[in-house]
Amino acid sequence: MAPFGRRLCEVTCNLPSGGYRIFSVLDRAGPEPAAGQFYMLAADSGWGGEQGRPYLARAFSVADAEREGTGVRLDFLVQAVGPGTSRLAALEPGDGLWIHGPLGRPFAGPSDVAPGAAGAILVGGGIGVAPLALWRRRLLRAGIPARVLLGFRDRPNSGGLDLFDCGEIRLASEDGHTGHRGYVTDLLAVLLEGDVARTGAVYACGPPAMLEAVRVLCADRGVACELALEAPMACGFGACFGCAIPLSDGGYMRLCVDGPVVRGEEIETALVPGSGH
Amino acid sequence: METELCGIHLRHPVINGSGTFDAIAARRAFGDALLDEFPFSAFVSKTITPEPRSGNPPPRLWETPSGLINSIGLPNKGLDGFLEHDLPQLAELPVPLIVSVMGTSHDEFARLVDGVAGREEVAALELNVSCPNVESGLIVGESPEEARSLLQVLRPLTEKPLLVKLTPNIANPVPVAVAAEGAGADAVSLINTLRAVAFDPDSGDRWLGGGTGGLSGPAVRAVALAQVHAVAEAVSIPVVAMGGISSGRDAAEMLRAGARIVAVGTESFRDPAAGSRIAVELGGELARISG
Repeated sequence: MAPFGRRLCEVTCNLPSGGYRIFSVLDRAGPEPAAGQFYMLAADSGWGGEQGRPYLARAFSVADAEREGTGVRLDFLVQAVGPGTSRLAALEPGDGLWIHGPLGRPFAGPSDVAPGAAGAILVGGGIGVAPLALWRRRLLRAGIPARVLLGFRDRPNSGGLDLFDCGEIRLASEDGHTGHRGYVTDLLAVLLEGDVARTGAVYACGPPAMLEAVRVLCADRGVACELALEAPMACGFGACFGCAIPLSDGGYMRLCVDGPVVRGEEIETALVPGSGH
Repeated sequence: METELCGIHLRHPVINGSGTFDAIAARRAFGDALLDEFPFSAFVSKTITPEPRSGNPPPRLWETPSGLINSIGLPNKGLDGFLEHDLPQLAELPVPLIVSVMGTSHDEFARLVDGVAGREEVAALELNVSCPNVESGLIVGESPEEARSLLQVLRPLTEKPLLVKLTPNIANPVPVAVAAEGAGADAVSLINTLRAVAFDPDSGDRWLGGGTGGLSGPAVRAVALAQVHAVAEAVSIPVVAMGGISSGRDAAEMLRAGARIVAVGTESFRDPAAGSRIAVELGGELARISG
């Protein structure tokens, strides 16, 4: 359970990882997060810069978490694309970072997602590979086999592979600079032709179009899947009602408290207006 | 720091703005620590309507310089769903409960007040009048006559305090506040969000699924301060002030402008425990000013 209120943590490192950066903080007050959960992040200084933005905290899935000494080390993967991500990408060791979390619904084990599922297929796209890195570590710790498929647009828009050490990963890139030239969902489609479709559960995080392709592929093949979605989010704990995702049976869910991990069949579409922005 | 609002004892002057804190969802996220460290001295519910509403299509949010535009569309379970599912959980909060209601006609408002005011868990009601009366086509909160006639219908229905939440989207909120007071309102609260719009930088279309939205956060604080000051000068009932309050100093300014109570909204998004922090800071500010 997340402690109530936000707390100030110290940034311990910030390193490049391909075209992204991985920054870490030491959280002395919170519990170890589950894979798929997220934190709301805001730098202690320079938040609300010259243009008055960033103003709100930013939601980030945790990419790795490890108990270390007097706290929990939390790793986050960031790509500088807007005022919030640019400020976070520029954090330096010793800087303060306000966090609240861990928040939201995490990934569920394969046997909880689909009766009889014994393995996991992790499908990540772009900056969305982050939560899958922690999920893979947790699955391996539990002795559950996990195949990893990661896709990127091009070299500048790729990174985070450091988070997936010593494991077999299949890569795709739209420009062909690494792995299969094309989409990561091409790799998934091939994989789902085999026996694995009957014994595995799919876990995906990435841009909306990728997630929608995964959702449709899995629905067509009858494979259970969990998707880690993103939506504009002001608070992260159900207060603002901003992160509405259309449900397959009508109405909306709040992604922060009813997600960010959702079952494929729960949602009408992963192409939610405003998401991935 | 202890105070009172319409006879309701409050342990400090900081409450929440309606629709900016879901205590039930927050308890799911933070557990019973929320109850032990509850940040507000009273809790104002999200607005309930007679029938369930699912809210506006996404996107619902847009960040501005020092502010936030929202277009949420009042999602709620409706009166019956609120009474059955939400009220028992809100009754477990360690503070008095104020229920916000909104109807689109006198009859709808009367049904809401009837359904809510009789419940002993409810200390007071706030009337959200930022929507049109379908019978007249006028927005209740923009018309002194509409506000007066609504209060004349609702006032006899309950002895519990009725707060009227004023809209800032009007040249001068004072006549509506005066009309509400004259027709029996026990307090007024202001400001609601300022009507605002954002455009998608890529498509050029309006960004929010609901078209227009409401601006909140520090960006609106000076406007709120002016309206609170003007209204507090004109009425003798208590004023609940809100609009961009992010610190004890902001809260102290609202009190100096004439408010009895302050409400925190958007700042709670940035820090769930902001209400407690602002109450502590406010105590320091008041000591500094009087010292």
